Amino acid sequence: MDQKTKEFIDSEINNNEVCLFMKGTPEAPQCGFSMAVSNILKILEVKFKGVNVLESNELRQGIKEYSEWPTIPQLYIKKEFVGGCDIIKEMYENGELKKVLQDKNLSFKD
Amino acid sequence: MAMDLKEIEKLIKESIPDAVVDIQDLAGDGNHYSAIVTSSIFNGKSRIEQHKIIYAALKGKMGNELHALAIKTKEKNGSKN
Repeated sequence: MDQKTKEFIDSEINNNEVCLFMKGTPEAPQCGFSMAVSNILKILEVKFKGVNVLESNELRQGIKEYSEWPTIPQLYIKKEFVGGCDIIKEMYENGELKKVLQDKNLSFKD
Repeated sequence: MAMDLKEIEKLIKESIPDAVVDIQDLAGDGNHYSAIVTSSIFNGKSRIEQHKIIYAALKGKMGNELHALAIKTKEKNGSKN
């Protein structure tokens, strides 16, 4: 991964408390898995930044290296990698996601 | 590129010998699978670490030949001997 890509990812994660690397945008997701996670955050009314990895091939590959995770979407909460689609869905269903948001002092709809 | 269900199961079991693997072909198209993997290797590990073990077992196929594999991991409890 080149330095520019790494710096871009760093800055997105540092400047957005909840940051979702996804295919497409929250308004127009380009993949069902990205849509699923984006929708969960919308249902919980969590303020988040959607970063569209399809905008650059360096970013699309770079984020996989950065997180050591082979798939997209990827959710970061307060600079911590929380998971991809399967993990976020599971955490949403069993209430863990709300607990993480609560523990990290982020507002959401209970 | 599609991947066969048996091949996915084989790769997982090669890396995780005690794994109990339950794979479903969700759409019947050889492209969208779900796998529930139960193993003692997951015991005490975070979910991210557990999923990474499966990704490693799939040797880089995840996100490439294997487009859609929903993963669920379970710890294996019970007597150790």
